[in-house]
Amino acid sequence: MSEAEIKNLEAQFDAKIARDEKIEPKDWMPEKYRKTHIRQISQHAHSEIVGMLPEGNWITRAPSLRRKVALLAKVQDEAGHGLYLYSACETLGITREQLYEDLHSGKAKYSSIFNYPTMTWADMGAIGWLVDGAAIINQVPLCSTSFGPYARAMVRVCKEESFHQRQGYEIMLSLCNGSEEQKEMAQDALNRWWWPSLMMLGPTDAASTHTEQSMKWKLKRKTNDELRQQFIDQTVPQAELLGLTIPDPDLKWNDEKGSYDFGEIDWDEFWQVVKGHGPMNKKRLDDRRNAWENGAWVREAATAYAAKQKAQTAQAI
Amino acid sequence: MSQEIPLWEVFIRSKNGLEHRHCGSLHAEDAEMAMNNARDVYTRRNEGVSIWVVESKNITASSPEASGELFEPATDKVYRHPTFYELPEELKHM
Repeated sequence: MSEAEIKNLEAQFDAKIARDEKIEPKDWMPEKYRKTHIRQISQHAHSEIVGMLPEGNWITRAPSLRRKVALLAKVQDEAGHGLYLYSACETLGITREQLYEDLHSGKAKYSSIFNYPTMTWADMGAIGWLVDGAAIINQVPLCSTSFGPYARAMVRVCKEESFHQRQGYEIMLSLCNGSEEQKEMAQDALNRWWWPSLMMLGPTDAASTHTEQSMKWKLKRKTNDELRQQFIDQTVPQAELLGLTIPDPDLKWNDEKGSYDFGEIDWDEFWQVVKGHGPMNKKRLDDRRNAWENGAWVREAATAYAAKQKAQTAQAI
Repeated sequence: MSQEIPLWEVFIRSKNGLEHRHCGSLHAEDAEMAMNNARDVYTRRNEGVSIWVVESKNITASSPEASGELFEPATDKVYRHPTFYELPEELKHM
């Protein structure tokens, strides 16, 4: 294809997205669109998969059967969300094997938030409330993103996600209505998860390299800073309802702009964690690799069994 | 592992009276495993009463480049739509 032809196709492509038409896997797309989508969708899928690990830590120690079935169901949803997203990503021409390999080799990223440890049961509450809360804010606009399979996967994910946040908030609420120690435990979890949750919505607009292009492709409909502001404005009253204090001395309602002002985020910490130096980066990847390697025999057995069945059927005919 | 586990497309009928609708895909070695995985991945909340799984390689899909010849002939056949016919107002329902 000549350069002029590609330019022409690109112009048609951009116009299509501007008209809010969806792009489907077999449609022509610029190489950069394909690559960016593989990066973002796979990163999203990996986040769901790695996101199971911090919570898996508490399934066997949940304080009641009610909490245990809820946490199990939430973790199972995350596995499901990872699978929806991997299959959406594969429609762009990358194999599942390659996607896993990129995660396990450390080439692909996943959300920085999962590199923090889950120290107490209250962390299950804080994660559901804050981390899933931030994720929902991030994901709702993606339901109308331009790439059809991604948008459809997100509709499904968003439908299922609200239970996650509610179960988290309910855990916090029980703790806050409990003993002094339980309330302290809830406050401690909020103290540890607040800032990482704000960072999870991504670098500031000024430092974000992908925002402009992503807005054009409707991969983003709001900037990171807008999403963060929305998250803070929505979460502060929820903390007040719990009787907890948000660990930010600079947090203050700004009547003029109709939203909260907040303190400086420690972006050095964010970049350290993204680059692999968070408290749990190594453990998460090790656990993930072990799960994959130790599960190899299951995959091999399934392959062998399918081959045997096929051979037997062929013989019977 | 050298070979990818085959890809399957999953279709779900959400309730009787409605058609099966494509809802996503998954990997499985055989039809039975595809069915089990489809149940776990796509129907955790009563989303369906019936599942179809089809190995993706068995689906023949039209190509977007062919959409002109496939679908454009229909666009100028307005006489296939009821609104094409001019009838008197008094007729009300027809």
